[in-house]
Amino acid sequence: MSVAGPAARLHIDWTMCDGRGLCTELLPEALTRDDWGYPLAAPGRVRARADASNVPLTGAELGAAVDAVKLCPLLALRITGP
Amino acid sequence: MDDALWAFARVSGLVDMVLLTGSVLLGILTRSGRPLPALPRVSLMLLHRNISLLAVVFLVFHVAPLLLDAYARVNLVDVVVPFLGSYKAFWQGLGTVALDLMAAVVATGLLRHRLGRRTFRAVHWLSYAMWPLALAHSVGNGTDATSAPAVAAAVVLCVAVLAAAAWRVSAGFLETADARRGGARRDWGRP
Amino acid sequence: MSAAIATEPLAGAPSGRPAGSRLFAAGAAAGHAAHLAAYGPVPRHGRDWSLAQELEASGLTGRGGAGFSAWRKFAAVDRARRPARYAGRAGRSVLIANGAEGEPLSFKDATLLHNAPHLVIDGLLAAAEALGAGSLFIYAGAARLPALAAALAERSDARHIALLEAPDAFVAGQSSAVVSFLETGRALPRDVAGRLADGGFQGRPTLVHNVETWAHIALVARYGAGWFRAEGTAEDPGTRLVSVTGDVPSEVVLEVPGGSRLDGVLASAGVAGDAVSAVLVGGYHGRWVRPSGVVLGGGGVPGGGPESGSVRPGAGVVHVLARGRCGLAATARMVEYLAGQSARQCGPCMFGLPALAGAMERLAAGRGGPELVREVGRLSGLVAGRGACHHPDGTVQLVGSALETFADDVRWHLAGQCQETGGAL
Repeated sequence: MSVAGPAARLHIDWTMCDGRGLCTELLPEALTRDDWGYPLAAPGRVRARADASNVPLTGAELGAAVDAVKLCPLLALRITGP
Repeated sequence: MDDALWAFARVSGLVDMVLLTGSVLLGILTRSGRPLPALPRVSLMLLHRNISLLAVVFLVFHVAPLLLDAYARVNLVDVVVPFLGSYKAFWQGLGTVALDLMAAVVATGLLRHRLGRRTFRAVHWLSYAMWPLALAHSVGNGTDATSAPAVAAAVVLCVAVLAAAAWRVSAGFLETADARRGGARRDWGRP
Repeated sequence: MSAAIATEPLAGAPSGRPAGSRLFAAGAAAGHAAHLAAYGPVPRHGRDWSLAQELEASGLTGRGGAGFSAWRKFAAVDRARRPARYAGRAGRSVLIANGAEGEPLSFKDATLLHNAPHLVIDGLLAAAEALGAGSLFIYAGAARLPALAAALAERSDARHIALLEAPDAFVAGQSSAVVSFLETGRALPRDVAGRLADGGFQGRPTLVHNVETWAHIALVARYGAGWFRAEGTAEDPGTRLVSVTGDVPSEVVLEVPGGSRLDGVLASAGVAGDAVSAVLVGGYHGRWVRPSGVVLGGGGVPGGGPESGSVRPGAGVVHVLARGRCGLAATARMVEYLAGQSARQCGPCMFGLPALAGAMERLAAGRGGPELVREVGRLSGLVAGRGACHHPDGTVQLVGSALETFADDVRWHLAGQCQETGGAL
């Protein structure tokens, strides 16, 4: 993450998420998958554990993040302010 | 002129049946969460959506000529209200029901962000009713549906969808099924 | 569970106001008359008096577990609400007293509702007046409702408070689950992007406090912030209820000042210091500590751990583990229970907690090498912060504190021995 901080955050609504893997395809730098296939902030992305549901995004990732929000089959994603 | 319209409507109907089948198969594949070797999940999802929209276009190609065709005597009401037609009313009615269902599935698909997941999912399930109705309509209404190639095509489409449906309800359907049942830890790797 | 009340003698209460216990001053199962006799009528305040300012000055924190500042939540609802003259009753703010007490080791809320229901009611009414609230609820387990209904029937000013039967589930007391229960009848936590203050029940500004917090609010409204601060420390003012459970002569609820020494609390409950191996503070979502030298409180210290000399009281549970009992085995049982209490909405919790419970069970049974400890750490990292509510976070906190506090036991277990129970595993 740049010194200026994240451009935005990708909020994951865990009550909706089913780990179908589309967002991890679209945002390979920001997200990996956990043991069960759910999106996981890439190593080093998230400092505090409380932020694990709001993954910081760089400006360059915003376009892909918007696609992820649109394509998420479970409507589990939302872009929030930094 | 009427002959040309008639033929165009029939061919569009056949193409549409193939597109619908493709859409259903891709929808099931998408639901599994599994990518294909050459196609990532996102591409499969977009393909599922675009083939479905193409199926709508071919449905228009299938229905519009019949409205223009004086011989077919189909009017706008017949297109949306089933079982009123003058020619093979039952089989045509099945097609009409399939059209209505398709309209609902596509509209809720396009508006799913506004409607929410519950409505989208509930209506999307109707696809499983729409497909057999559309097939029954094409077999029942088809001018030469009993010809060998037509029967063979119908059997192939049936087998494909039935196989996909059987896979859909099997225990290992989801890409994540094994990992979530406590199977060996899986490294999902970089997508 | 028993509802015995014991109280620490509290010094320094101003004359004319309840000495001794603050919350139980009216005695056991106090009716409205006894309540008024003990606490006096609610005073009429001048125009320049504001409950929000008194709460801010009091430093009261939530007593349900999170320990969030009570006035901040209050002020957030105050800001979010529309002036009453513009809002119909259905658009006004919603106040909820949360007595669900899903934490299995806690019974202080049940004790409070049984003995001092009128304090909780007073707290709700005082805030309702200040916030122009439209709807008031008390949410509690089925066993609490008859006494609460009787208390409400005793007074003419509380007829509009509705009672809600809370399901008996660990996560039913999460504040977003309470709002969900009101809306859908199912007490499931939900993804809250904003605060409940900005849109809770039916999108209305919603204030959910633990019942004990409401009781303290009632007292701050009566006697003011200065009186409240006469007990406790500057960082952790006032008193709090704690449920003392586990290896104790008898399980009791104590009212203790903020910043109390843990060994003092144990002594008040009749527990001999040298008989204690460790104490779980805060309940199943809390932390294991060795009690010696540890202070209960430090409300303002986020994540205040034993290394800082203070431990956050969380849901007010002080659970004693006697010498000769294995802390790892006790923790493994708790994690297994917590895994079973997942609402099964959020994947990392639904699958991660059982995996964590399995790893803790293997550790307790001494099956595995050093990689097992790493696996517990890895699974904790996969679960923490990845849920709509704090159920996974709380579970990870419990596990992490067990690995710290019982670090010696972990080494023994990995070698196939348990030094506490003194045998081979």
